[in-house]
Amino acid sequence: MTQTYSRLRAGLGALAHKPYIWGVLGIVALLIVNVTRDPGYLQISVNPANGYLAGNLLDILRESAPIVMISVGMCLVVATSGIDLSVGSVMAVSGAVAMEFLQAASAPQSTMSAAMALLLALTVSSLLGLVNGVLVAYVRLQPFITTLITMLAGRGLAKVITGGQNTSASSDGLAWIANGRVLGFPVVVIIAIALALLIGYLVRRSALGMMIEAIGINETASRMAGIKPHGLLITVYLLSGLLAGVAGVFSTATVMTVDVSNTGYLLELDAILAVVIGGTALSGGKFSLGGAVVGALLITTLDKTVVFLGVPSAATPAFKAVVIIVICLAQSSRVRALFRDRRGPVRMKERVA
Amino acid sequence: MSLREIWSGRRGKRTGAASPTSRSGTGRAGSGPVVQMTGICMDFPGGRALDEVSLTLHAGEVHALMGGNGAGKSTLIKVLTGVHAAADGQIVVDGRSRTFSGPADAESAGVTAAYQETFLCTNLSIGENVMLGHEIRGLLGIDWVRTRQRAGSVLAELGIDDLDPRLPLSGLSPASQQLVSIARAMVSAPRVLVLDEPTSSLEAGETARLFQVLDRLRSQGVAIVFVSHFLEQVYTISDRMTVLRDGRVVGEFLTRQVERAELISTMMGSSLQALQEIGSQRRDHRVEPSDQPWYRAIAVAQQGALEEVDLEIYGGEVVGLAGLRGSGRSTLGRLLSGASRSDSGTVEIGGQAIRLHSPAHGLAHRLAFAGERRRHAGLIEELTVRQNVLLALQAMRGWRTPVARGEVDALLGHLLERLDLDAGAADATVGELSGGNQQKVLLARWLAIRPRLLVLDEPTRSMDVAAKVHVQAQVAALAREGVSVVFISSELDEVVRLSDRIVVLKDREVIGEISNGPGLSVDTIVEMIAADRDEF
Repeated sequence: MTQTYSRLRAGLGALAHKPYIWGVLGIVALLIVNVTRDPGYLQISVNPANGYLAGNLLDILRESAPIVMISVGMCLVVATSGIDLSVGSVMAVSGAVAMEFLQAASAPQSTMSAAMALLLALTVSSLLGLVNGVLVAYVRLQPFITTLITMLAGRGLAKVITGGQNTSASSDGLAWIANGRVLGFPVVVIIAIALALLIGYLVRRSALGMMIEAIGINETASRMAGIKPHGLLITVYLLSGLLAGVAGVFSTATVMTVDVSNTGYLLELDAILAVVIGGTALSGGKFSLGGAVVGALLITTLDKTVVFLGVPSAATPAFKAVVIIVICLAQSSRVRALFRDRRGPVRMKERVA
Repeated sequence: MSLREIWSGRRGKRTGAASPTSRSGTGRAGSGPVVQMTGICMDFPGGRALDEVSLTLHAGEVHALMGGNGAGKSTLIKVLTGVHAAADGQIVVDGRSRTFSGPADAESAGVTAAYQETFLCTNLSIGENVMLGHEIRGLLGIDWVRTRQRAGSVLAELGIDDLDPRLPLSGLSPASQQLVSIARAMVSAPRVLVLDEPTSSLEAGETARLFQVLDRLRSQGVAIVFVSHFLEQVYTISDRMTVLRDGRVVGEFLTRQVERAELISTMMGSSLQALQEIGSQRRDHRVEPSDQPWYRAIAVAQQGALEEVDLEIYGGEVVGLAGLRGSGRSTLGRLLSGASRSDSGTVEIGGQAIRLHSPAHGLAHRLAFAGERRRHAGLIEELTVRQNVLLALQAMRGWRTPVARGEVDALLGHLLERLDLDAGAADATVGELSGGNQQKVLLARWLAIRPRLLVLDEPTRSMDVAAKVHVQAQVAALAREGVSVVFISSELDEVVRLSDRIVVLKDREVIGEISNGPGLSVDTIVEMIAADRDEF
């Protein structure tokens, strides 16, 4: 008994030192607010007819899936001290490709067509990521400018692909990905969690993570240590594009329509916020994929809460901004030091000369 | 009009003290010390940094602060200039006990530090840099004309009025920038000027100019604290010295009364003998070129940095590269290891011709380059010691095959022990380590790949003698193990002590190659470089 307790304490202690603890606390706080409003907010019910789980928590998880995907990709790009502004547009391109393909396919309902649509969408998204990567790694363009260009061009490309229409199609396969259930649990959530875990495993169990951090902190020094930055940079941008493609399929397949102007619109900013809330500095270096996931969940929870509380839609952005600023302030070591100073003198921390 | 006269009015009002020391500096005998620090104690998380340290500074003297890395010099200076608050002890300035709340407070009491040139703003003009924070304000904000005039007069006062305040700072050499930073410190007309390693990046002629400026300040009655690892410079410029070791004062001398040997042994006790041992060890293991060289550089060159060079390297040999900064010695080291790509020429390794195109390529052939800019192009400061050591080995193996935890631990344990680093430091962030220990980490990184050729560019730069001894001992040990080492250093005695063969460079060209032997001394190389000049 005491052992489990102490183990729990140790676990909580470790969590408290994670950079994304404030994101976790933010989610908890928002949920508490919602619970005070409606005591049944956290309830999860089982639909007896089809065995589906339902409830606000599941809604949050489902809606967060695309943001989790682009945040994970963004996190790796940011770790190399880059940024990927194009993810929102890539989502639209991916959705447009999938919908256009299905609309033109001879047998849109077949699993084969759904698989082809998926493959095509992900290939095009990866190619856009590759373009970013090549421009950043070899041409040495600024990541901000490079991805700003692909962001604008991507949105245009999506419109060209659909001829400016919001193309709709029907495919049971894709619809299953977006709305289907496995054991009552949403498929999108399962895929998102699986992909995030897979990438986390890949990055942390290989030396990829350390190398990405190294080039993010000091590319010159890393090169001198024998690391080849080009391949790494291309990998992270390509991965970011691929994940944005997955996110695009997620968000268009729910309604089986791509809205070329609105799919993924401004989501790159949500992803950047998620990464920052997760404790990864925009200057690059040390990164936390788990933090990015927490950040993505927080942003979705926030969106849901705003709707649930009935905050007027005009005030929504301001409400969001306030919550995010509070979390960023809580994270800032400078602000924390300020509060610590209030409580008493701190010992000066200094490099050992 | 002297700075002191310009500003005496202001200080007279501020301190209410009697008129400051006259500019001839003769006030030394009459008045008491300008600064008296007694019983200064300071603790850092790592332990006690200063233990009951005392320091007395007189007007019109250059006071050298001596001691190894970690002896507490920097900490003492930071207490003196108000950066740190001492845990215990007293600072008396002009007979008044003070506690400084920060550098600005210390400055208003007349204690200022001239920071290294890296703290200047290269995008501003010389005058703006000098006057930064002291701009003269008129009715409409900053009065740039008068500000520039003041900058000019401060520069003139230091005898460096050949620097035009209107020119951009970026056009100046590091040496001149160093002078500008002194001018910047002198704007507030301090009684005490602190210089921490002002000459570490200067050539001999530039140092002489700096010393002229210091002489001038000394004759104006300024007390100067001078910290340097260069013994000869300390003997040239300083009047008195305080020697620190492990956070304690171990000696206070008049410079002219203390022998170099005595000073050195006070500073580090047993290191002197160690150096002599390394020298004799190396002499016993001299490699005479025999058989075939395993490594051969043929006509490697880099445009604008190095003319074509041929060089053969044998196993277990130490090749010293001697020459001034800018002579092409670093470029040669980089080309040999693949750290830079050569514009022409090839490298033959074991008879196979190769064009080295990247550090990674060099690494694949187990050629390693430890550069002189450790922070900029060597270590990843925010990563741990473990990760930094691992980086090159991991890069060599590729990202897919991470080095197993057990292997890392074994390797790290072995390397840390070999390089005399605390085993507990493995998970410390590299940025927290001292310069000497950072160099050890960099060395450990390259030892981890078991290099065939290790190029060391200024491995002992800005280290105390004990750390320098340690690095040299490592080089000797590596050569014994059959590693070829290319050793580049500004300190020719190190080159002569360690090398089997010395390649002398000048003006981006190799001007000669000498086999080391009993007849060779530092002077031989200096003469070679100087004689070469006469031919042109």
